[in-house]
Amino acid sequence: MAYGRGAAAVRAIDEVTLEIAPGEFIAVVGPSGCGKSSLLRLISGLHPPASGTLLVEGAPVSGPLKSVGMAFQNSNLLPWRTALENVLLPLEIVEPYRRDFSKAKFSAKARALLESVGLQGFADKHPWELSGGMQQRASICRALIHEPEILLLDEPFGALDAFTREELWVALRDLQAARKVTVMLVTHDLREAVFLADTVYVMSSRPGRIVRRCEVPIARPRDLEVTYTPEFQDVVHDLRALIRG
Amino acid sequence: MDKRELAIRVFSPTAFVVAMFVLWEIVCQALDVPLTILPAPSDVFGALWRYRKPIWDNAFVTLWTTLAGFLIATVFGLALGIAVGWHRALYAGIYPVLIGFNSIPKVAVVPVLILWFGLGEIPAVLTAFLISFFPIVVNVATGLATTEPELEDVLRALGASKLDVMRKVGIPRSLPYFFGSLKVAITLAFVGAVVSETVGANKGIGKLMLDAQAAFQVPIVFAGLLVLAVLGILLYAATAAIEARFTGWAFRGQSNR
Repeated sequence: MAYGRGAAAVRAIDEVTLEIAPGEFIAVVGPSGCGKSSLLRLISGLHPPASGTLLVEGAPVSGPLKSVGMAFQNSNLLPWRTALENVLLPLEIVEPYRRDFSKAKFSAKARALLESVGLQGFADKHPWELSGGMQQRASICRALIHEPEILLLDEPFGALDAFTREELWVALRDLQAARKVTVMLVTHDLREAVFLADTVYVMSSRPGRIVRRCEVPIARPRDLEVTYTPEFQDVVHDLRALIRG
Repeated sequence: MDKRELAIRVFSPTAFVVAMFVLWEIVCQALDVPLTILPAPSDVFGALWRYRKPIWDNAFVTLWTTLAGFLIATVFGLALGIAVGWHRALYAGIYPVLIGFNSIPKVAVVPVLILWFGLGEIPAVLTAFLISFFPIVVNVATGLATTEPELEDVLRALGASKLDVMRKVGIPRSLPYFFGSLKVAITLAFVGAVVSETVGANKGIGKLMLDAQAAFQVPIVFAGLLVLAVLGILLYAATAAIEARFTGWAFRGQSNR
Protein backbone atom coordinates (compact mmCIF):
# COMPACT_ATOMS: atom_id res chain seq x y z
CA MET A 1 0.00 0.00 0.00
CA ALA A 2 1.53 3.27 -1.07
CA TYR A 3 1.02 6.75 0.27
CA GLY A 4 -0.04 7.91 -3.14
CA ARG A 5 -2.58 5.17 -4.01
CA GLY A 6 -4.49 3.24 -1.33
CA ALA A 7 -4.00 3.36 2.41
CA ALA A 8 -0.59 3.22 4.04
CA ALA A 9 0.56 1.64 7.25
CA VAL A 10 3.43 2.97 9.31
CA ARG A 11 4.66 1.00 12.28
CA ALA A 12 6.96 2.76 14.74
CA ILE A 13 8.51 2.39 18.21
CA ASP A 14 7.60 -1.30 18.11
CA GLU A 15 4.10 -0.72 19.48
CA VAL A 16 2.63 1.99 17.34
CA THR A 17 0.75 1.47 14.11
CA LEU A 18 -0.72 4.40 12.27
CA GLU A 19 -2.84 4.26 9.17
CA ILE A 20 -2.92 7.20 6.84
CA ALA A 21 -5.01 7.32 3.70
CA PRO A 22 -3.82 9.59 0.91
CA GLY A 23 -5.15 13.09 1.37
CA GLU A 24 -6.03 12.37 4.99
CA PHE A 25 -5.14 14.71 7.82
CA ILE A 26 -4.19 12.91 11.00
CA ALA A 27 -3.08 14.40 14.29
CA VAL A 28 -1.14 12.73 17.09
CA VAL A 29 -1.69 14.22 20.52
CA GLY A 30 -0.33 13.33 23.91
CA PRO A 31 1.40 14.71 26.98
CA SER A 32 4.89 16.04 26.56
CA GLY A 33 7.53 13.35 26.63
CA CYS A 34 5.24 10.65 25.30
CA GLY A 35 7.35 10.27 22.18
CA LYS A 36 5.19 12.14 19.67
CA SER A 37 8.13 14.00 18.22
CA SER A 38 10.32 10.91 18.32
CA LEU A 39 7.67 9.11 16.35
CA LEU A 40 7.76 11.84 13.73
CA ARG A 41 11.54 11.83 13.62
CA LEU A 42 11.48 8.06 13.17
CA ILE A 43 9.02 8.28 10.32
CA SER A 44 10.96 11.05 8.60
CA GLY A 45 14.12 8.98 8.98
CA LEU A 46 15.94 11.72 10.93
CA HIS A 47 16.54 9.24 13.74
CA PRO A 48 17.25 5.62 12.97
CA PRO A 49 15.38 3.25 15.31
CA ALA A 50 17.58 2.06 18.18
CA SER A 51 15.94 -1.34 18.15
CA GLY A 52 13.17 -2.96 16.21
CA THR A 53 12.21 -1.91 12.72
CA LEU A 54 10.30 0.86 11.08
CA LEU A 55 8.21 -0.11 8.09
CA VAL A 56 6.68 2.30 5.64
CA GLU A 57 4.62 0.71 2.91
CA GLY A 58 5.86 -2.63 4.18
CA ALA A 59 9.50 -1.79 3.52
CA PRO A 60 12.06 -0.96 6.23
CA VAL A 61 13.18 2.64 6.47
CA SER A 62 16.88 3.26 6.84
CA GLY A 63 17.31 6.93 5.96
CA PRO A 64 15.26 10.03 5.33
CA LEU A 65 12.34 9.45 2.97
CA LYS A 66 12.36 11.31 -0.30
CA SER A 67 8.61 11.83 -0.26
CA VAL A 68 8.46 13.69 3.04
CA GLY A 69 8.12 17.38 3.77
CA MET A 70 8.77 18.45 7.34
CA ALA A 71 8.17 21.59 9.38
CA PHE A 72 9.24 22.11 12.96
CA GLN A 73 8.23 24.10 16.03
CA ASN A 74 10.75 26.77 15.13
CA SER A 75 10.54 27.90 11.54
CA ASN A 76 14.27 27.08 11.10
CA LEU A 77 14.52 29.37 8.10
CA LEU A 78 18.11 29.98 7.05
CA PRO A 79 18.76 33.61 8.06
CA TRP A 80 21.03 34.39 5.10
CA ARG A 81 18.35 33.45 2.59
CA THR A 82 15.22 35.37 1.66
CA ALA A 83 11.82 33.75 2.17
CA LEU A 84 11.81 32.78 -1.51
CA GLU A 85 15.30 31.26 -1.35
CA ASN A 86 14.33 29.36 1.78
CA VAL A 87 11.30 27.90 0.05
CA LEU A 88 13.46 26.88 -2.91
CA LEU A 89 15.94 25.04 -0.68
CA PRO A 90 14.39 21.53 -0.96
CA LEU A 91 14.53 21.77 -4.75
CA GLU A 92 18.30 22.19 -4.50
CA ILE A 93 18.49 18.90 -2.59
CA VAL A 94 15.71 16.57 -3.73
CA GLU A 95 15.70 14.74 -7.05
CA PRO A 96 14.46 15.16 -9.75
CA TYR A 97 14.43 18.96 -9.24
CA ARG A 98 18.05 19.08 -8.15
CA ARG A 99 19.33 17.84 -11.49
CA ASP A 100 18.47 21.02 -13.37
CA PHE A 101 17.82 23.45 -10.56
CA SER A 102 17.88 27.13 -11.30
CA LYS A 103 16.35 29.89 -9.26
CA ALA A 104 14.70 31.44 -12.30
CA LYS A 105 13.05 28.19 -13.29
CA PHE A 106 11.27 27.50 -10.01
CA SER A 107 10.79 30.92 -8.46
CA ALA A 108 7.34 31.37 -10.05
CA LYS A 109 6.21 28.14 -8.41
CA ALA A 110 7.64 29.22 -5.05
CA ARG A 111 6.06 32.66 -5.30
CA ALA A 112 2.67 31.10 -6.06
CA LEU A 113 3.00 28.87 -3.02
CA LEU A 114 3.96 31.81 -0.79
CA GLU A 115 1.01 33.73 -2.18
CA SER A 116 -1.36 30.90 -1.29
CA VAL A 117 -0.48 31.36 2.39
CA GLY A 118 -0.80 35.14 2.21
CA LEU A 119 2.87 36.03 1.87
CA GLN A 120 2.65 37.93 -1.40
CA GLY A 121 5.08 40.84 -1.25
CA PHE A 122 7.25 39.15 1.37
CA ALA A 123 9.08 36.70 -0.88
CA ASP A 124 12.23 38.81 -1.02
CA LYS A 125 12.37 39.61 2.69
CA HIS A 126 14.80 37.93 5.02
CA PRO A 127 13.43 35.87 7.93
CA TRP A 128 14.16 38.55 10.53
CA GLU A 129 11.96 40.96 8.61
CA LEU A 130 8.98 38.61 8.99
CA SER A 131 6.76 38.07 12.03
CA GLY A 132 6.76 34.69 13.77
CA GLY A 133 3.55 33.67 12.02
CA MET A 134 4.91 34.66 8.62
CA GLN A 135 8.10 32.70 9.26
CA GLN A 136 6.05 29.65 10.09
CA ARG A 137 3.97 30.08 6.93
CA ALA A 138 7.16 30.24 4.87
CA SER A 139 8.45 27.18 6.68
CA ILE A 140 5.32 25.21 5.71
CA CYS A 141 5.75 26.37 2.10
CA ARG A 142 9.30 25.06 2.22
CA ALA A 143 8.00 21.68 3.39
CA LEU A 144 5.59 21.52 0.44
CA ILE A 145 7.57 22.92 -2.50
CA HIS A 146 8.94 19.55 -3.62
CA GLU A 147 5.43 18.08 -3.60
CA PRO A 148 6.02 15.43 -0.94
CA GLU A 149 3.51 12.62 -0.54
CA ILE A 150 3.24 13.33 3.17
CA LEU A 151 3.68 16.51 5.18
CA LEU A 152 5.03 15.97 8.70
CA LEU A 153 4.39 18.82 11.12
CA ASP A 154 6.12 18.79 14.51
CA GLU A 155 4.17 21.22 16.73
CA PRO A 156 4.47 23.86 14.02
CA PHE A 157 2.34 26.44 15.84
CA GLY A 158 3.59 25.77 19.36
CA ALA A 159 5.69 28.94 19.57
CA LEU A 160 3.00 31.32 18.29
CA ASP A 161 0.46 33.43 20.19
CA ALA A 162 -3.17 32.26 20.28
CA PHE A 163 -4.48 34.61 17.58
CA THR A 164 -1.67 33.94 15.13
CA ARG A 165 -2.08 30.25 15.79
CA GLU A 166 -5.75 30.32 14.77
CA GLU A 167 -4.87 32.28 11.64
CA LEU A 168 -2.39 29.60 10.71
CA TRP A 169 -4.89 26.82 11.41
CA VAL A 170 -7.07 28.37 8.74
CA ALA A 171 -4.13 28.82 6.38
CA LEU A 172 -3.10 25.18 6.82
CA ARG A 173 -6.72 24.01 6.43
CA ASP A 174 -7.04 25.84 3.10
CA LEU A 175 -3.62 24.73 1.89
CA GLN A 176 -4.41 21.09 2.63
CA ALA A 177 -7.84 21.33 1.03
CA ALA A 178 -6.41 22.91 -2.11
CA ARG A 179 -3.44 20.57 -2.54
CA LYS A 180 -4.96 17.33 -1.17
CA VAL A 181 -1.71 16.62 0.62
CA THR A 182 -1.50 13.93 3.29
CA VAL A 183 -0.66 15.49 6.65
CA MET A 184 0.56 14.10 9.94
CA LEU A 185 0.45 16.73 12.67
CA VAL A 186 2.04 16.22 16.07
CA THR A 187 0.75 18.61 18.70
CA HIS A 188 -0.17 18.95 22.36
CA ASP A 189 -2.98 21.38 21.54
CA LEU A 190 -6.20 19.32 21.52
CA ARG A 191 -8.29 22.09 19.94
CA GLU A 192 -5.78 22.38 17.14
CA ALA A 193 -5.89 18.62 16.53
CA VAL A 194 -9.69 18.45 16.55
CA PHE A 195 -10.09 21.53 14.37
CA LEU A 196 -7.69 20.37 11.67
CA ALA A 197 -7.64 16.57 11.58
CA ASP A 198 -9.87 13.85 10.17
CA THR A 199 -8.52 11.41 12.69
CA VAL A 200 -6.85 12.06 16.03
CA TYR A 201 -4.54 9.52 17.65
CA VAL A 202 -3.95 9.83 21.39
CA MET A 203 -0.59 8.69 22.73
CA SER A 204 0.18 7.82 26.31
CA SER A 205 3.54 8.31 27.89
CA ARG A 206 5.93 5.55 28.86
CA PRO A 207 5.55 3.36 27.03
CA GLY A 208 4.73 5.57 24.09
CA ARG A 209 1.75 3.86 22.52
CA ILE A 210 -1.50 4.77 20.85
CA VAL A 211 -4.35 4.51 23.36
CA ARG A 212 -7.18 5.77 21.21
CA ARG A 213 -8.00 6.41 17.59
CA CYS A 214 -10.74 8.99 17.26
CA GLU A 215 -12.42 10.07 14.07
CA VAL A 216 -13.59 13.63 14.41
CA PRO A 217 -17.35 13.60 13.69
CA ILE A 218 -17.46 17.16 12.40
CA ALA A 219 -17.87 17.83 8.69
CA ARG A 220 -15.01 19.53 6.85
CA PRO A 221 -14.13 22.16 5.85
CA ARG A 222 -14.56 23.57 9.34
CA ASP A 223 -14.95 27.20 10.21
CA LEU A 224 -13.18 28.69 13.23
CA GLU A 225 -16.67 29.20 14.73
CA VAL A 226 -16.92 25.41 15.02
CA THR A 227 -14.44 25.53 17.89
CA TYR A 228 -17.09 27.18 20.07
CA THR A 229 -19.85 24.60 19.44
CA PRO A 230 -20.79 22.01 22.09
CA GLU A 231 -20.00 19.04 19.84
CA PHE A 232 -16.46 20.38 19.26
CA GLN A 233 -16.04 20.91 22.99
CA ASP A 234 -17.27 17.37 23.64
CA VAL A 235 -14.65 15.84 21.35
CA VAL A 236 -11.91 17.92 22.97
CA HIS A 237 -13.18 17.00 26.41
CA ASP A 238 -13.24 13.29 25.64
CA LEU A 239 -9.67 13.44 24.38
CA ARG A 240 -8.58 15.40 27.41
CA ALA A 241 -9.92 12.68 29.71
CA LEU A 242 -7.60 10.16 28.01
CA ILE A 243 -4.52 12.20 28.78
CA ARG A 244 -3.44 12.34 32.38
CA GLY A 245 -0.44 14.38 33.42
CA MET B 1 23.92 59.23 7.04
CA ASP B 2 22.31 62.17 8.80
CA LYS B 3 24.21 65.16 10.20
CA ARG B 4 24.50 63.80 13.70
CA GLU B 5 25.81 60.47 12.41
CA LEU B 6 28.28 62.30 10.13
CA ALA B 7 29.55 64.36 13.04
CA ILE B 8 30.15 61.24 15.12
CA ARG B 9 31.70 59.08 12.43
CA VAL B 10 33.85 61.64 10.56
CA PHE B 11 34.36 64.68 12.72
CA SER B 12 35.17 63.05 16.03
CA PRO B 13 37.98 60.74 14.84
CA THR B 14 39.51 63.57 12.76
CA ALA B 15 39.40 65.96 15.69
CA PHE B 16 40.95 63.36 17.96
CA VAL B 17 43.86 62.66 15.60
CA VAL B 18 44.56 66.36 15.02
CA ALA B 19 44.42 67.06 18.76
CA MET B 20 46.88 64.23 19.39
CA PHE B 21 49.42 65.63 16.92
CA VAL B 22 48.98 69.18 18.24
CA LEU B 23 49.56 68.03 21.81
CA TRP B 24 52.63 66.06 20.73
CA GLU B 25 54.02 69.15 18.91
CA ILE B 26 53.39 71.40 21.92
CA VAL B 27 55.11 68.99 24.33
CA CYS B 28 58.16 68.66 22.06
CA GLN B 29 58.47 72.43 21.58
CA ALA B 30 57.83 73.35 25.20
CA LEU B 31 60.24 70.80 26.72
CA ASP B 32 62.73 71.18 23.89
CA VAL B 33 62.96 67.39 23.39
CA PRO B 34 66.07 66.43 21.36
CA LEU B 35 65.37 65.26 17.79
CA THR B 36 67.12 61.93 18.49
CA ILE B 37 64.75 61.10 21.39
CA LEU B 38 61.32 62.17 20.18
CA PRO B 39 60.99 64.24 16.99
CA ALA B 40 58.02 66.60 16.85
CA PRO B 41 55.26 65.85 14.31
CA SER B 42 56.51 68.70 12.13
CA ASP B 43 59.90 66.93 11.85
CA VAL B 44 58.23 63.59 11.22
CA PHE B 45 56.00 64.93 8.45
CA GLY B 46 59.01 66.81 7.06
CA ALA B 47 61.00 63.55 6.85
CA LEU B 48 57.94 61.82 5.39
CA TRP B 49 57.80 64.37 2.59
CA ARG B 50 61.53 64.60 1.95
CA TYR B 51 62.02 60.83 1.77
CA ARG B 52 58.65 60.11 0.17
CA LYS B 53 60.20 58.13 -2.70
CA PRO B 54 62.13 55.51 -0.64
CA ILE B 55 59.33 55.41 1.94
CA TRP B 56 56.71 54.72 -0.74
CA ASP B 57 58.91 52.06 -2.43
CA ASN B 58 59.45 50.24 0.84
CA ALA B 59 55.84 50.65 1.99
CA PHE B 60 54.73 49.08 -1.28
CA VAL B 61 56.90 46.02 -0.61
CA THR B 62 55.53 45.68 2.93
CA LEU B 63 52.00 46.05 1.59
CA TRP B 64 52.26 43.37 -1.04
CA THR B 65 54.11 40.88 1.17
CA THR B 66 51.40 41.40 3.79
CA LEU B 67 48.62 40.88 1.28
CA ALA B 68 50.27 37.85 -0.29
CA GLY B 69 50.75 36.22 3.12
CA PHE B 70 47.21 37.16 4.08
CA LEU B 71 45.73 35.65 0.92
CA ILE B 72 47.57 32.36 1.44
CA ALA B 73 46.42 32.38 5.07
CA THR B 74 42.82 32.99 3.97
CA VAL B 75 42.72 30.08 1.54
CA PHE B 76 44.65 27.73 3.78
CA GLY B 77 42.80 28.81 6.94
CA LEU B 78 39.39 28.37 5.35
CA ALA B 79 40.27 24.92 4.00
CA LEU B 80 41.81 23.72 7.26
CA GLY B 81 38.93 25.22 9.28
CA ILE B 82 36.37 23.33 7.20
CA ALA B 83 38.40 20.13 7.48
CA VAL B 84 38.69 20.52 11.25
CA GLY B 85 34.99 21.37 11.56
CA TRP B 86 34.01 18.44 9.33
CA HIS B 87 34.90 15.64 11.66
CA ARG B 88 35.58 15.40 15.38
CA ALA B 89 38.52 13.04 14.84
CA LEU B 90 40.26 15.59 12.62
CA TYR B 91 39.48 18.30 15.16
CA ALA B 92 40.94 16.27 18.04
CA GLY B 93 43.98 15.30 15.99
CA ILE B 94 44.94 18.65 14.55
CA TYR B 95 44.02 21.02 17.36
CA PRO B 96 46.92 20.35 19.78
CA VAL B 97 49.43 20.70 16.94
CA LEU B 98 47.84 23.97 15.87
CA ILE B 99 47.96 25.39 19.39
CA GLY B 100 51.57 24.31 19.79
CA PHE B 101 52.49 25.87 16.49
CA ASN B 102 50.66 29.07 17.29
CA SER B 103 52.52 29.36 20.60
CA ILE B 104 55.89 29.65 18.87
CA PRO B 105 56.84 33.34 18.56
CA LYS B 106 57.07 33.84 14.82
CA VAL B 107 60.10 36.11 15.20
CA ALA B 108 61.97 32.93 16.16
CA VAL B 109 60.95 31.29 12.88
CA VAL B 110 62.18 34.11 10.63
CA PRO B 111 65.89 33.11 10.79
CA VAL B 112 64.92 29.60 9.68
CA LEU B 113 62.93 31.02 6.78
CA ILE B 114 65.85 33.23 5.77
CA LEU B 115 68.11 30.19 5.96
CA TRP B 116 65.79 28.33 3.57
CA PHE B 117 64.70 31.06 1.19
CA GLY B 118 67.43 33.71 1.53
CA LEU B 119 67.00 37.42 2.11
CA GLY B 120 64.09 38.80 0.16
CA GLU B 121 60.33 38.99 0.14
CA ILE B 122 59.58 35.27 0.57
CA PRO B 123 60.38 35.08 4.32
CA ALA B 124 58.14 38.15 4.89
CA VAL B 125 55.26 36.59 2.95
CA LEU B 126 55.63 33.30 4.82
CA THR B 127 55.86 35.00 8.22
CA ALA B 128 52.73 36.98 7.45
CA PHE B 129 51.02 33.73 6.46
CA LEU B 130 52.20 31.73 9.48
CA ILE B 131 51.15 34.36 11.99
CA SER B 132 47.72 35.05 10.50
CA PHE B 133 46.16 31.70 9.55
CA PHE B 134 45.46 30.49 13.09
CA PRO B 135 42.55 32.83 13.94
CA ILE B 136 40.93 31.98 10.60
CA VAL B 137 41.10 28.23 11.26
CA VAL B 138 39.76 28.58 14.79
CA ASN B 139 36.90 30.86 13.76
CA VAL B 140 35.76 28.77 10.81
CA ALA B 141 35.86 25.61 12.94
CA THR B 142 33.92 27.38 15.70
CA GLY B 143 31.30 28.58 13.22
CA LEU B 144 30.82 25.04 11.95
CA ALA B 145 30.77 23.54 15.43
CA THR B 146 28.10 25.97 16.65
CA THR B 147 25.72 25.45 13.72
CA GLU B 148 22.24 24.83 15.14
CA PRO B 149 21.33 21.13 14.73
CA GLU B 150 17.77 22.25 13.93
CA LEU B 151 18.99 23.99 10.77
CA GLU B 152 20.85 20.83 9.75
CA ASP B 153 17.68 18.78 10.43
CA VAL B 154 15.83 20.77 7.78
CA LEU B 155 18.27 19.45 5.19
CA ARG B 156 18.70 16.00 6.68
CA ALA B 157 14.93 15.47 6.60
CA LEU B 158 15.18 15.97 2.84
CA GLY B 159 17.81 13.26 2.55
CA ALA B 160 20.71 15.65 2.04
CA SER B 161 24.26 14.29 2.15
CA LYS B 162 26.86 15.56 4.59
CA LEU B 163 28.39 17.56 1.75
CA ASP B 164 25.01 19.18 0.97
CA VAL B 165 24.50 20.08 4.63
CA MET B 166 27.96 21.61 4.69
CA ARG B 167 27.42 23.61 1.50
CA LYS B 168 23.93 24.86 2.24
CA VAL B 169 24.08 25.34 6.01
CA GLY B 170 27.51 24.86 7.62
CA ILE B 171 29.60 27.08 5.40
CA PRO B 172 27.13 29.99 4.98
CA ARG B 173 26.49 29.81 8.73
CA SER B 174 30.21 30.12 9.53
CA LEU B 175 30.93 32.95 7.07
CA PRO B 176 30.38 35.71 9.68
CA TYR B 177 32.97 33.97 11.86
CA PHE B 178 35.29 33.71 8.86
CA PHE B 179 35.01 37.36 7.89
CA GLY B 180 35.26 38.40 11.53
CA SER B 181 38.55 36.53 11.78
CA LEU B 182 39.88 38.26 8.66
CA LYS B 183 39.98 41.56 10.55
CA VAL B 184 42.24 39.98 13.15
CA ALA B 185 44.25 38.10 10.53
CA ILE B 186 45.05 41.12 8.34
CA THR B 187 46.47 42.99 11.32
CA LEU B 188 48.54 39.98 12.32
CA ALA B 189 49.77 39.47 8.75
CA PHE B 190 50.96 43.06 8.72
CA VAL B 191 52.80 42.56 12.01
CA GLY B 192 54.34 39.36 10.64
CA ALA B 193 55.63 41.02 7.48
CA VAL B 194 57.19 43.92 9.40
CA VAL B 195 58.72 41.65 12.04
CA SER B 196 60.31 39.59 9.30
CA GLU B 197 61.69 42.70 7.59
CA THR B 198 63.12 43.89 10.89
CA VAL B 199 64.93 40.60 11.49
CA GLY B 200 66.41 40.40 8.04
CA ALA B 201 65.37 41.69 4.63
CA ASN B 202 66.60 43.95 1.89
CA LYS B 203 63.36 45.90 1.44
CA GLY B 204 60.26 46.99 3.29
CA ILE B 205 59.28 49.56 5.90
CA GLY B 206 60.77 47.42 8.67
CA LYS B 207 64.12 47.33 6.90
CA LEU B 208 63.97 51.08 6.20
CA MET B 209 63.34 51.83 9.88
CA LEU B 210 66.18 49.55 10.90
CA ASP B 211 68.59 51.38 8.57
CA ALA B 212 67.34 54.80 9.69
CA GLN B 213 67.81 53.82 13.31
CA ALA B 214 71.37 52.69 12.64
CA ALA B 215 72.05 56.11 11.06
CA PHE B 216 70.36 57.98 13.94
CA GLN B 217 67.76 59.32 11.49
CA VAL B 218 65.06 59.22 14.17
CA PRO B 219 62.50 61.34 12.21
CA ILE B 220 62.57 58.68 9.46
CA VAL B 221 61.99 55.95 12.05
CA PHE B 222 58.90 57.80 13.24
CA ALA B 223 57.80 58.48 9.69
CA GLY B 224 57.97 54.72 9.17
CA LEU B 225 55.85 54.12 12.28
CA LEU B 226 53.31 56.61 10.97
CA VAL B 227 53.14 54.86 7.60
CA LEU B 228 52.68 51.51 9.36
CA ALA B 229 49.81 52.90 11.43
CA VAL B 230 48.06 54.37 8.39
CA LEU B 231 48.50 51.18 6.35
CA GLY B 232 47.19 49.13 9.27
CA ILE B 233 44.05 51.27 9.46
CA LEU B 234 43.49 51.03 5.69
CA LEU B 235 43.90 47.23 5.63
CA TYR B 236 41.58 46.83 8.60
CA ALA B 237 38.94 49.11 7.07
CA ALA B 238 39.08 47.27 3.75
CA THR B 239 38.55 43.91 5.47
CA ALA B 240 35.73 45.30 7.60
CA ALA B 241 34.04 46.63 4.45
CA ILE B 242 34.29 43.19 2.82
CA GLU B 243 32.82 41.64 5.96
CA ALA B 244 29.84 44.01 5.97
CA ARG B 245 29.27 43.37 2.28
CA PHE B 246 29.11 39.58 2.55
CA THR B 247 27.54 38.94 5.93
CA GLY B 248 25.02 41.75 6.25
CA TRP B 249 22.43 39.27 7.50
CA ALA B 250 24.43 38.65 10.66
CA PHE B 251 24.44 42.37 11.53
CA ARG B 252 20.76 43.01 10.88
CA GLY B 253 20.25 44.48 14.34
CA GLN B 254 22.52 47.43 13.56
CA SER B 255 21.63 48.25 10.00
CA ASN B 256 18.05 47.27 9.37
CA ARG B 257 16.13 48.22 12.47
